[in-house]
Amino acid sequence: MNKDLVIIGGGPAGLAAAIEAKKAGIDDILILERDVRLGGILNQCIHNGFGLHTFKEELTGPEYASRFIVEAEKLGIPYKLETMVVDLSAEGEDKLVTYMNRSEGLVTIRAKAVVLSMGCRERSRGALNIPGYRPAGIYTAGTAQRYVNIEGRMPGKEVVILGSGDIGLIMARRMTFEGAKVKLVAELMPYSGGLKRNIAQCLNDFDIPLLLSHTVVDIKGKERVEAVVIAEVDEKSKPVPGTEQEIKCDTLLLSCGLIPENELSGMLGVDMNRVTGGPVVNESLETSVKGVFACGNVLHVHDLVDYVSEEAGQAGRKAAEYLKAEKNGAAADGGKAAEDPASPEKVIKINATDGVRYTVPSVIRPGRMEDKQVVRFRVGSVYKKARIEVLAGDKTLISLNKPALAPGEMEQVILQKSALEQAGDFDSLTFRIVT
Amino acid sequence: MYDITIIGAGVTGCSVARELSKYDLKVLVLERASDVCEGTSKANSGIVHAGYDAKPGTLKASLNVRGNILMEHLSEELDFPFKRNGSMVLSFDDEGKEGLQKLYDQGQQNKVKDLRIISGDEAREIEPSLSSEVVWALYAPMGGIVCPFNLTIALAENASVNGVEFRLGTAVSSIEKASEGYLIKTDKGDVETRAVVNAAGVYAAVFHNMVSANKINITPRKGEYCLFDKNVGTLTKHTLFQLPTKYGKGVLVTPTVHGNLLVGPNAVDIDDFEGVNTTSQGLSEVLERGALSVGNLPTRQIITSFAGLRAHEDGGDFIIGQPDDAPGFFDAAGIESPGLSCAPAIGEYISKMILKYIPAEEKKDFIRSRKGIPSMALADASEKEKLIKENSLYANVVCRCELVTEGEIMDAIHRPLGATTLDGIKRRTRAGMGRCQAGFCSPRTVEILARELGKDISEIGKNDPGSEFITGYIKG
Repeated sequence: MNKDLVIIGGGPAGLAAAIEAKKAGIDDILILERDVRLGGILNQCIHNGFGLHTFKEELTGPEYASRFIVEAEKLGIPYKLETMVVDLSAEGEDKLVTYMNRSEGLVTIRAKAVVLSMGCRERSRGALNIPGYRPAGIYTAGTAQRYVNIEGRMPGKEVVILGSGDIGLIMARRMTFEGAKVKLVAELMPYSGGLKRNIAQCLNDFDIPLLLSHTVVDIKGKERVEAVVIAEVDEKSKPVPGTEQEIKCDTLLLSCGLIPENELSGMLGVDMNRVTGGPVVNESLETSVKGVFACGNVLHVHDLVDYVSEEAGQAGRKAAEYLKAEKNGAAADGGKAAEDPASPEKVIKINATDGVRYTVPSVIRPGRMEDKQVVRFRVGSVYKKARIEVLAGDKTLISLNKPALAPGEMEQVILQKSALEQAGDFDSLTFRIVT
Repeated sequence: MYDITIIGAGVTGCSVARELSKYDLKVLVLERASDVCEGTSKANSGIVHAGYDAKPGTLKASLNVRGNILMEHLSEELDFPFKRNGSMVLSFDDEGKEGLQKLYDQGQQNKVKDLRIISGDEAREIEPSLSSEVVWALYAPMGGIVCPFNLTIALAENASVNGVEFRLGTAVSSIEKASEGYLIKTDKGDVETRAVVNAAGVYAAVFHNMVSANKINITPRKGEYCLFDKNVGTLTKHTLFQLPTKYGKGVLVTPTVHGNLLVGPNAVDIDDFEGVNTTSQGLSEVLERGALSVGNLPTRQIITSFAGLRAHEDGGDFIIGQPDDAPGFFDAAGIESPGLSCAPAIGEYISKMILKYIPAEEKKDFIRSRKGIPSMALADASEKEKLIKENSLYANVVCRCELVTEGEIMDAIHRPLGATTLDGIKRRTRAGMGRCQAGFCSPRTVEILARELGKDISEIGKNDPGSEFITGYIKG
């Protein structure tokens, strides 16, 4: 089977990418989704707060997803459900996408372009290397969310939550609504990893204590969790002896970070960013493998789905642009000229320094950027009254005052194509936080 | 009345059961846990030792060398993964050569094939991951790795198919001598048996001491491990041991037969016979020492850690056979390292003794081989297509990290001694053993288990009763 564009993953990122690619004139699209329905993890996020930026209203996760699903259906974008991509490779300019499902068995598609939108997974107890027993009752927050919101079942009654990531905060409230006692949230860092509004609405409103600079140092109980031991940590995140407290509970929820799921990207051999755990991409959200684009949480973990949709839409448009350029041979948009060693295409590298942990994209080819280029990033610690600065070479291009910055919230800066052009000759942009 | 009752469905008990199932005997296995392979057998290094480590003349020595040879054949017969990847004992100083020489000499006496002492540089050529600090190495090409779960499960399944009865979830409370053999009391009724095999792991001394005045003493010796992601599973090809030094016994760094990297164990004697908890001290010790062998361990790639208990008997060797004052009571006690390597040989050895005590004919209809659960992850494209064609559930991926499908899970549930718990599925299929550690697949697996076993999901547990996942319904 041949396809112009294969989109791996039918969550918010894949849907938005497909819709924008279709609108940009690409008809031969296929979305491959491993779950029984489109929408990805949004289907289990039944709380509200989605879509404030995109639709100017507060939607639940399934409602937000359905807006995109309805549009994709209306546009007649084909998709396959319960279909797992098991291999991804490149052959010349083509990408070979191998999937399997019950009705077709094992199938390989020859695709001209691919959008990676596989999402992310949660960091597990094992990856955190928490010592103790290994009983039932230890769940990542998302697994517990699935039990409660999809299966309608409670995975525990007395809960301790480690990590103040957003899913953990949401689940603190959700489990409380359903009659569980959430005893506390322990956070290793001296600040929360979640959105401020979630701390207020999910913890403070229910008097659930948030213990910063605390972690779980032991898990007790042989069959089922009986207690966890928490302790304070020092500035190196090491537990402080003598601060241990045993907390009786039958459940430990973990909300300690999300990891982009890049197993397929790895098979293809795309360059990875060690900080984000996602592929390195340029202004087109194109990876180091030509014609392969990435967006959403597989690229870097977002705080709000609205930004996922926006980013994925851009990936879809850029994939469409790529396909058109391919179709028109070397003509379009400088296409092959870029490969002419005599006049190499201008490339601007983005340096993330001084509190800026990474940027997406990390490389910009000014010749191919849209009029406005969003650069997204996260900061490494909490700042009060700080400034985001963007330097072109050593000239300050942008300076934004921020009352507060926190690692739990994604930041963004919009680069104007015109401003870059006027800034003269430089080969790198520097993003930094100035206090 | 049973001819033989085996206490414990670990690798030793199951090996004895499988061996005895070749004969016309009525054999029963009693296991406290809800599945086979739930004790010492489930949490160890998964190493098939070459056999230079044990003192010549001991049971450990002879059974290890024999077990090593039997293992390869058994892995073909019973279809479980085994790999002869070779092992090395590393010395980080010149004086260590003496220690290696001692191991080499022992190996020669134990009749271990192909042992060589090589220089650090030579060792690094064979195993490039070795730290530059390695000065000498004992190289043992006969060393291997095996999946301890699949080994045990394969033995049990084959024994079961050949008529051995397994009573899982049945705890032995006492053993008494009876007029004809023994009376075993359990929490699910009494069992009369002519002979007993005591393969109860860390509890073997408890049962031995119920029938014999010659007391033995077993101490649970805890070992902690860290398991790494498959993406660093090729860090080392060989199993790397360290020569014991004044700083300690050393830990091993090894690939697992499934392609992960495993580092451990330490050795701490404890009082708690159920003390399989890891400790922060133990895990850091293991990582620190393991790093000596390869220079650096990619600790960010750890996907889980675990601890197991070795059944250490004071005498230091295995105790196999009948105490003088308890004929018909066959101990397989103190089966610590290299117990896993020895398992096939222990089965053979004890069965021979038992057959002298209870003579029996070989079965004519003994089913020698067993097919494991086909693995979609390991299948090539045409095998994948074939499996899906036969059963489309092989296209339904449940565990994405390890690529385990509903077809494999169904097979694990419905085969002899099938899985009834999440851990049972995990050990038979690897669902949940990958990098997300069952975050995504556990609700699906629980659902399939419930559906296939005719239960509600609230009745499905991780392992033994009390380990259920669901505690109730949401409101409304």
